[in-house]
Amino acid sequence: MTVKHVFLAAFATFVAVSVTTAGPGSGTISGKITYEGTPAKPKSIDMSKEPSCAKQHPTPITTETVVTGPGNSLANVVVYISAGAPDEPPPSTSANFDQKGCQYLPHVLAFQVGQELKISNDDQTSHNIHPLAKINREWNKSQPPGTPPIIDKYDKAEMIPVKCNIHPWMHGTFAVLKNSHYSVSSDDGSFKLPNLPPGKYTVTAYQESYGEMTQDVVIAGGETKTISFVFKAKPY
Amino acid sequence: MRKMNISKLFMFVAILLAAPLLVSAQQGESHIGNLSGNAGAGKQLYYRYCWGCHGFRGDGNGENAQYLNILPRNFVAATFKCRSTPTGTLPTDQDLYNSLVRGFNNSNMPSWITLTDQNRADLVAFIKTFSPRWKTDKAGDVIPVPAEAPLTVQSIKHGQELFQKLECWKCHGPEGRGDGPSASTLTDSNDQPIRPYNFAAGSRFKCGSTNHDLYKIFMTGLDGTPMPSFADVIKPEDAWDLVHYLRTLQVTHKSPELALWLTTKEGQEIVSAQKIYGTPTGSGIKQ
Repeated sequence: MTVKHVFLAAFATFVAVSVTTAGPGSGTISGKITYEGTPAKPKSIDMSKEPSCAKQHPTPITTETVVTGPGNSLANVVVYISAGAPDEPPPSTSANFDQKGCQYLPHVLAFQVGQELKISNDDQTSHNIHPLAKINREWNKSQPPGTPPIIDKYDKAEMIPVKCNIHPWMHGTFAVLKNSHYSVSSDDGSFKLPNLPPGKYTVTAYQESYGEMTQDVVIAGGETKTISFVFKAKPY
Repeated sequence: MRKMNISKLFMFVAILLAAPLLVSAQQGESHIGNLSGNAGAGKQLYYRYCWGCHGFRGDGNGENAQYLNILPRNFVAATFKCRSTPTGTLPTDQDLYNSLVRGFNNSNMPSWITLTDQNRADLVAFIKTFSPRWKTDKAGDVIPVPAEAPLTVQSIKHGQELFQKLECWKCHGPEGRGDGPSASTLTDSNDQPIRPYNFAAGSRFKCGSTNHDLYKIFMTGLDGTPMPSFADVIKPEDAWDLVHYLRTLQVTHKSPELALWLTTKEGQEIVSAQKIYGTPTGSGIKQ
C-alpha cells in the first residue's frame, strides 16, 4: 500500500462522511404562522343536548375553526412540502384520531397517503364519523360507545373536512399528505420541517378557514431556513 | 408463403384496430342479471329523459334543478345513497337499475317503469361514463342479507332496545318522526339542509319499501347524507330485530309487525301515545 493509496482512502472516507452529514436529513425549514386583521371570536359550544359530554367540560369549550395565540400566532395550520420532495411510502405507525368529550383530538390530524388511520370513540355516546372526501371516497360510519376503533387509509392526498352529523359542533380536518415532511403549527404558531436533503422546495401552509399559502425555499446544505406565513384573518 | 404473411399482417392490423373498441365497450357497459346495457344507446335515452334535471354533463345541474328542493344526483361525484355495497364504495349496476325502476320517494325522481328493461340497463351504462371512478374503482362487495328472522314480540322489543342504544332517535326522534334533537342541524355533503326520515309519514323508504330494503339502508348507510353505515356495529341477527321495530314506527302503514306489536299492552300504549293524525290502520289507534 503506497502513500497515495492511503491518501485516496482517507479522501474517500472524508467524502463519505461529508455526504452522510450533508446528505439526507440535513436541512431544516422552520418558522411561525401568524395572522393580520381581526379573526372571528371563538364561539362557546352548547353541549346541553349531550349531557355525557357537557359534564366533561366544567367551562364550555369553544369552536376551533381558528385557534389563535399570543403575538397573533395561528395554531392548527398544516405546513408541508407540496413540491420538491419525492412521494414516500407510509410509516408503520398509525395516525390516531380520538373522540372525547364530543371533541376531536386532535382537531387537525396530518398523516401520509396509505398510512393507517385509527379512529376511536372514548365517549359514552354514539358518534358518526363522516369525512367529506372529494378526491378520495366519501364514507360515513356509526361508532357507538365501546365499539372497536375504525381502521382506514386514504389513497390520495387531500384536505378532508371531517364531521359528526349527530353533534353538529364536531368538525375537524384530515390532512392526507404525500411525504413525511409536514408539521401542524403548535399553540405559539411555530412549525419545523427537519431532515430535508438539499433541494428546491415549495412549502404550503393550510388553514381550514383561510385556505392555503405557498413559498419556495432552497435548502443548500446543513442549514436551517426560517420562513413565516401571514394569513389574512376574516372577522366572520 | 407470401400470401400467408399478408393474411397474418391483415389479422394483426385488424386486432390492433379492434383493441380500443373492445376496451371502450367494456367501459361503457352495464350488467344486470342477463341484461347487458350499452352506453351508446343509453346516451340517446339520457339526452331525452334525464338531462333536464341531471344536466348536460351529468353534474345534477340541469335547467330544472333550480326548482327542486332535493337536488338531482350529481353523477360526476359518483356518490350514491341506495346501494347494496359498503359505505364509501360504488354501487352495483343492479343497484342503479333498481333506483331507475323504483324512483325516489319524497323527491322528484319518478319511477322509470315506462322504459323497457333494456332501456334502463343502457341508461345505467351511460350514467357510469360521467365519473372516472368507474374506471379506477370496482363496485363494493355486496353486504350479505341473511334470511329474515321470525317475527316475534321479543324481536320487536329487542329492536326497540337497539333503536335506543344505537341512538337512532338522535336524528329520527324517539317516535321515529324525524324530529330528534339533531334533526334540525343536518346537512348533506353539499351543505344542503336535509331531513331525517319520518317513519310515521308513510310506508316507503328512500331506497325501497321491503324489509330487505330497510335492512340494507342502515347497514350500507346513505352515502352523501348524515345517515351512517351500521355494518360494523350491528350483528346480522340483531339487524332483523331492528327492522321489525322500525316497521312498528310506521303507524300509518298496515304491516304484520305493527299488527303484532298492537296485540301487546306495551305496544298499544306506545302507539296510542303517539297521537297519530291521519288514517288509523291499527285497532289501538284513535284519531
